[in-house]
Amino acid sequence: MEIKLPKLSLVVLVGPSGSGKSSFAKKHFLPTEILSSDYCRSLVSDDENDQKVTSEAFEVLHFIARKRLAAGKMTVIDATNVQKEARKPLVELAREFHCLPCAIVFDLPRSVCHERNKTRPDRDFGRHVIQQQISQMKRNMRSLKYEGFRHIYRLNSEEQVNESFITRTPLWNDKTDEKGPFDIIGDIHGCCDELEELLQKLGYEVKGQSEGVLGGPIYSHPEGRKAVFVGDLVDRGPRNLDAMKLAYNMVSTENALCVPGNHDMKFMRKLQGKDVQITHGLAETLAEVDAIPEETKAEFTEAAKKFLYSLVSHYLLDGGKLVVSHAGLKQEMQGRGSGKVRDFCLYGETTGETDEFGLPVRYNWAAEYRGPAMVVYGHTPVVEPEWLNRTVNIDTGCVFGGKLTALRYPEKEFVEVSSKKIYCEPKKPMDFDDKDKPVLTQQQHLDDLLDAEDVIGKRIVLTRLRSNVTIREENAIAALEVMSRFAINPKWLIYLPPTMSPSETSQKDGYLEYPTEAFSYFRKLGIPKVICEEKHMGSRAVIVICKDVDTSTKRFGVVEKKLGVIYTRTGRSFFNNDELEQQFLERLKGSMDKANFWEEFETDWACFDCELMPWSEKAKELLKTQYAAVGSSATASLAESVKLLKKTVKRGGITTKKSSRSESSFDTDINLLMDRFANRQGLIKQYISAYQQYCWPVQSIDDYKLAPFHLLATEKQVHVDKNHEWHMNTLAKICEKDKKVLLATPFKIVDVTDKASEDEAIQWWIQHTNKGGEGMVIKPLDFVAKGKRGLVQPALKCRGKEYLRIIYGPEYSTDENLERLRNRGLGTKRSLAMREFAIGIEGLERFVRKEPLRRVHECTFGVLALESEPVDPRL
Amino acid sequence: MILTITTTKKPATDLGYLLHKSPDRCQSTKLSFGTAHVFYPEVSKEKCTAALLLDVDPIEMIRGKNRSKSSMPLEQYVNDKPYVASSFLSVALVGAFGTALNGKCKTKPELVDVKFPLTAKLSVVQARGGENVLKKLFDPLGYKLKMKRQPLDKKFEEWGEGNYFSIELSNTLTVKELLNHLYVLIPVLDNYKHYFVDKQEMEKLLKRGEGWLSEHPEREFIANRYLKYRMSLAREAVTRLSEANPIQEQEEDSKLSLEEELESSVSLNEERHGTVLSALKSHNAEKVIDLGCAEGRFIGLLLKDKSFKKIVGMDVSIRCLEIASQRLKFERMAPMQKERIELMHGSLMYRDKRFSGFDAATAIEVIEHLDPPRLAAFERVLFEFAKPKMAVITTPNVEYNVMWENLPAGKFRHNDHRFEWTRKEFQEWACRVAEKFGYGVKYLPIGPEDKKVGSPTQMAIFIKE
Repeated sequence: MEIKLPKLSLVVLVGPSGSGKSSFAKKHFLPTEILSSDYCRSLVSDDENDQKVTSEAFEVLHFIARKRLAAGKMTVIDATNVQKEARKPLVELAREFHCLPCAIVFDLPRSVCHERNKTRPDRDFGRHVIQQQISQMKRNMRSLKYEGFRHIYRLNSEEQVNESFITRTPLWNDKTDEKGPFDIIGDIHGCCDELEELLQKLGYEVKGQSEGVLGGPIYSHPEGRKAVFVGDLVDRGPRNLDAMKLAYNMVSTENALCVPGNHDMKFMRKLQGKDVQITHGLAETLAEVDAIPEETKAEFTEAAKKFLYSLVSHYLLDGGKLVVSHAGLKQEMQGRGSGKVRDFCLYGETTGETDEFGLPVRYNWAAEYRGPAMVVYGHTPVVEPEWLNRTVNIDTGCVFGGKLTALRYPEKEFVEVSSKKIYCEPKKPMDFDDKDKPVLTQQQHLDDLLDAEDVIGKRIVLTRLRSNVTIREENAIAALEVMSRFAINPKWLIYLPPTMSPSETSQKDGYLEYPTEAFSYFRKLGIPKVICEEKHMGSRAVIVICKDVDTSTKRFGVVEKKLGVIYTRTGRSFFNNDELEQQFLERLKGSMDKANFWEEFETDWACFDCELMPWSEKAKELLKTQYAAVGSSATASLAESVKLLKKTVKRGGITTKKSSRSESSFDTDINLLMDRFANRQGLIKQYISAYQQYCWPVQSIDDYKLAPFHLLATEKQVHVDKNHEWHMNTLAKICEKDKKVLLATPFKIVDVTDKASEDEAIQWWIQHTNKGGEGMVIKPLDFVAKGKRGLVQPALKCRGKEYLRIIYGPEYSTDENLERLRNRGLGTKRSLAMREFAIGIEGLERFVRKEPLRRVHECTFGVLALESEPVDPRL
Repeated sequence: MILTITTTKKPATDLGYLLHKSPDRCQSTKLSFGTAHVFYPEVSKEKCTAALLLDVDPIEMIRGKNRSKSSMPLEQYVNDKPYVASSFLSVALVGAFGTALNGKCKTKPELVDVKFPLTAKLSVVQARGGENVLKKLFDPLGYKLKMKRQPLDKKFEEWGEGNYFSIELSNTLTVKELLNHLYVLIPVLDNYKHYFVDKQEMEKLLKRGEGWLSEHPEREFIANRYLKYRMSLAREAVTRLSEANPIQEQEEDSKLSLEEELESSVSLNEERHGTVLSALKSHNAEKVIDLGCAEGRFIGLLLKDKSFKKIVGMDVSIRCLEIASQRLKFERMAPMQKERIELMHGSLMYRDKRFSGFDAATAIEVIEHLDPPRLAAFERVLFEFAKPKMAVITTPNVEYNVMWENLPAGKFRHNDHRFEWTRKEFQEWACRVAEKFGYGVKYLPIGPEDKKVGSPTQMAIFIKE
C-alpha cells in the first residue's frame, strides 16, 4: 500500500504494544524524525519501561515535537496513541504549527501482538494490558477523522505492513521549483479591460483561443514569464467572468498561477449553493452568471466551481524566496497548510475593532514581518504600492478608479495601467491625488525606531563577501552603549569603515614598517596589481551627502531638512556643530554640482569615505593631554638631565668600578650615560616635529582639507565593483573643482611582479614620509579582491618612520627598542579588518537595495561591536 | 626625570655618607621599569649636589606589568611617565636611597638626626590643579617653594598651558624627612599609579607618613590621592591616621563631579529621589522600571519599601550596572528580595518589549543626556511601546544655574548634558508628548524654590488616560 504523507506533517502511529510501530518507523523514517515515548522515558529515567515517568516522558516528547514542527520538520510520534486523550494534544500541536496531522493505524490480529511481546523479555506486562489497548483502539477508530486527522491509513495484516511504502508529497503551495521570472498582478475585480492592457504592456501576447464554457483568449509571454494573480478576480467590476476566464485559461495552460481571494471564494460558495450575503459587488458577478444562456449555465457553474475550488491558498515560489498570497502571510505560516493559514491568506488578520467607516481594522502583520521571503499580496486597496519589511501590497484599487498594478519579479519593478473609470465607490474614500500623503513612507515611519531585539545578544550577520560574521554578546553590549549615547540618527548611519592592518613587520634596519612586505603579501596571495595611495594624517570621516534637502526625507526618512551628515569611524557627528556641518556639505555639494556628479551617477545622494584634516581639529584634547604633554615634560626633563650629566663629566674623577656585588646594583659609565641622554633629547625633538606636522589652526572652512578616497555608494549602486583607479579618478574630478578644501589623493599603481615598479613606489614612499607624510595605503587594485585563499585584506597601511614615533613613543627607533617592538602579532587585527570590511559593504548593499533600516543597522552596529574587540591600538 | 638634592652645610660632602652613595662613582640600581642612576654634579666642602636620574625603559614599562592586556588605550604606550616625577620616583628612592629613607647611616650615624639646609630640585612634576596644589602640599611642611611652569607647545600657544612644573623645594630638615616627604607627596601629584594599590600600600603610606602626615592639613587629600581613590582603603587609612586628631567622615565618593558638587549643597539628589518615591506611592505603583538607573541608588530606595513588588533598573552602561549590582549586594541578596528586583542592560534608543507591563517608569535626570534629535526615539520607546500607567521624568531647570556661583555662565551642570531646559521648554515638551501619546501631565518643582528662577530640578508626572 502506498502511504502518501505531506512533506510537512505530524505522523501519529496508533497501535497497541507489539503491533510493530517502532520497526515500521525505523524502516521508513530517519531516526531523528521519530519521537518515541519509550525513548523519552529512558531519557528521564534510564529505563524505557518505567511507567512512573510517563507524564515527564511525554512532556519531553511534546517539547521536542514543538521545536521540530516550528522548524518545519516532519515528525513521527511512536507511542501507542490508542486513546483519544493521548491523540488530542498531538492534533492541537499540529494545528498550532499549521501542519497536517496524519495517522497510521496498526490494526493487526491480537495474536501477533501477543506473540511479539512474549519474545521481548523487558515487556513483562500481561496479556490483559494488550487486550485493553486493542479494545481502546477499536472503540474510537471511526472517530479519528473527526479528531482532525487529515490522512488516515489502516494496516490490517503483517503482509500489509511489510508491503507498505511511504511517498512524501510536497504541499500544494510548494512551487519552490518555479523560479520565474514572474509578473504578479494585483486585485482585478472584473476590470478585464485594464487587465488585458496590463498584460500587453507586460509583453504578453494572445497565443490562441480556448473553447468551452470558460473559453477565451490564452495569453502567453514569449520569454516564458509567468503571471501570478493575487486573487479577487471577480465582483464589483464590469467584466467579472471574463477576468475569471482569462485567469483560468492562463492557469490551465501553465502561463499563470493564481491564488484565491475572499471574493473568489464567496462566489464559489454561492455557486455551490451555499447561503451567502449578496454584498460587496457579488451581485454584479451573479448578474453576469444569470445572463449566461440556460443551456450552458449548469456546465459553466460546474467548470467555474471546479476552477475556483482548485485554487491553493498561497504559493511559495523561487526556492522559497517569494510568497504570493491574497492578504499576505506571516513567516510562520508560509508553506504550511491549515485552516488558519487559509483564512489568513484570504482575509488577513483583524484586530477585532472597526474604523469610522465600519470597516474592520486590519492587524498590521507586515510591520512585524522579519522573514527572509518577499511577500506580495493585495486585498486592501492602497494608493501606491509600498514596500514594508520585504512585503508589498499591490492592490491599487483599480475598480475604485485607481490603477491595476503588476510587480515584475525578480526585477522588483512596478508596471501599472490606470483605471478607465470609477466602477465602484469605495466605502473609505481613496485619495488618489496623494494630497494628504504622509511625509514618510510606512517603512520610514517604522524605521524611526529600531528594536533592541535586532541588536542585543550574540548575532550572526550574513554577508555576501564572507558568509557569516559572528558578533559576540559582550561586543554587542559595548556597541549598544556607544550607539545609544554618542552615535547620530541611525537612519543616516549607513556605513562604518573597517579597521586597517599594517603591513608585516619589517626586519630592515631602522624600520618597523616598509613597503616591501605589503607588496609581498599581495603577491603571495595571487594579486598582481596594487594601488598605493598617499595616507593622509587627519581623522576618518564618512560623508553622506544629498543633492537637496528634500532627499534627506525622501531617501533617508529623516524629518529635519539637512544636506547630509559627516561622521566619524564610530558613528559620532564629526563636527558636533550642525551649522558647520551643513556649511561644509554645501561647499562639497558645490563641487559635485560643478563636476556634473548627480547627472553622471543618476543619483540624489552619495556616500564617501574620506580623511578630514587637520588632525588637530578632532584630536585637540588628545594632542594637549598626550602628545604635547609628552613633548613638554620630556623636553624639560631631558634638558636638565643632560645638563647635570655634562656637569658631572666635566667635574671629572668619576671612576667606574667593575666589581658588582649583585646584578641589580652596578656602576655605569657616566660618559655613555651622557651620550645616551643627549641622543634621547634629539629623539624628542623629532617626536615633537612629527606631531606638529599634522596640526594647524582652523579659522574658517578654508582651513580644512578633505581627501575623499572611496565613492562608496550612490542610488542603486555600491561601487565596490569598480577598481581603485576608477575611484581615484572619479574623486579627482570633484576635487579639482575646489582645490582649496578638496584634496585629490596622489597614487601609484604597482605591478608586484615587477621589481622596478616596486622600487619606484618605495622611493615615492620614502620621499613622502621624509617630508613628514604619514605613509601610504596599499590596496589590491580591485576593491573586492579574491586571492587563492579567498578574500584578501582590502588595504594595508605602511607608515613612515617619523610618523610611527607618535604611535610607538619618541624613543621607539633606537636599535634595542625596535628589536623588541618587532615582536608584534597582526593576526587579530587582520581578521577583524576582513570581517569589518565584509559587514560594512553588506550594510551599504542592503541600504542600496532599500531594505528595512534594521537590516542596515545590523551591519553598522556589527562593525562598531567588532571594533570593541581588544587589539593592540598601535597597529 | 631627574631629582637633585643639594646641601650647603659644611662639610657638604656629608651628604654622600647620608645617602650612602659615593660622589666619585655613578652608581646604578636596576628597577622593574628601568634603572636609577646616582651621581654628583657638584662636590665641594661648601656645596654638594646628588642627582637621582630615572632611566625609564618605555618599552619594558608596558611589557613588564601589563603584558596580558593587549588592548590598553594608546596613552598607555605614549605617555609622560619616563619624564615626569611619579610614583616611579618613590620606587627609585627606595632602591637608591633605601638606607637614608629608613634613617640609617653606617659610617656616620650621628648625622641622621641633624637638620641640614636642603634643596631638592625636580626636573618635571605634573600638578593637576596647578600651583595651588603644590603649595597646599609643601607649604605646611615648611618648604620654600620655587615653581616654573613648562610651556606645552611653543608652536601652538593657543593650546594653553600644561600642568608641568620644574620645582625647587628648600627647607632645613633631616635627609630622612626630606626623602619621606618626597616618597609620599610625589605620587600624590601623579594621578595614575603604576602598581596596584592594595593593603600593603596603605602600610607604606602610614610608615612613610609617620610623624608628619597626621598633622598635615591636607592629610585626607593626600591619603585619597596616594591610594588612588580606593575609598574603603583610603577611609581606613584616614581613620587610623586621625587617632590623635579626629576628623569628620566624608562623602562616599571623593571624586565628585561638578554636578554633584553643585547639587550636594542642597542634598538635591536625596530630595529628588524622595519626591519621585512619593509620586510613585501616591499612585500606588507596584511594578516600577527605572530607566537610566545608573548605579542603582533609586532602585535601592524602592527595594526598602515593601509596597514595590517588582523593581527593574535599566541602564545603557554595563559598568554602571556592575556597580549597581555591587552596591545592592546582588549576589548575597535574600531570595525573596532578589525576586523583586532585576537589573537590565538596555537602551532608550531602541524599542524593547522588556520595558512594558509596568505601573510606573521613572527617568530621573536622564533625558538631558540624550541628543535632542534622538529625543523622539525616547518618546516612542517610553510612551508608545513601554506604555506604563505612569511615568515620572526629572531634569535640571537651567534657569536655576545662575544661583550657583561656581558654575560659569552658559555652562551645563555636567559634561555629558546635551541640553538643559527652562521650565517653559520642559513643560512645552511634556505637554506635546502627553497629548500625542494619550497621557495627562502635571509638574512639581524639586529643591529650594526661588521666586524668579524656580527650583533646581523640575519634574513631570505623566498619567495614562
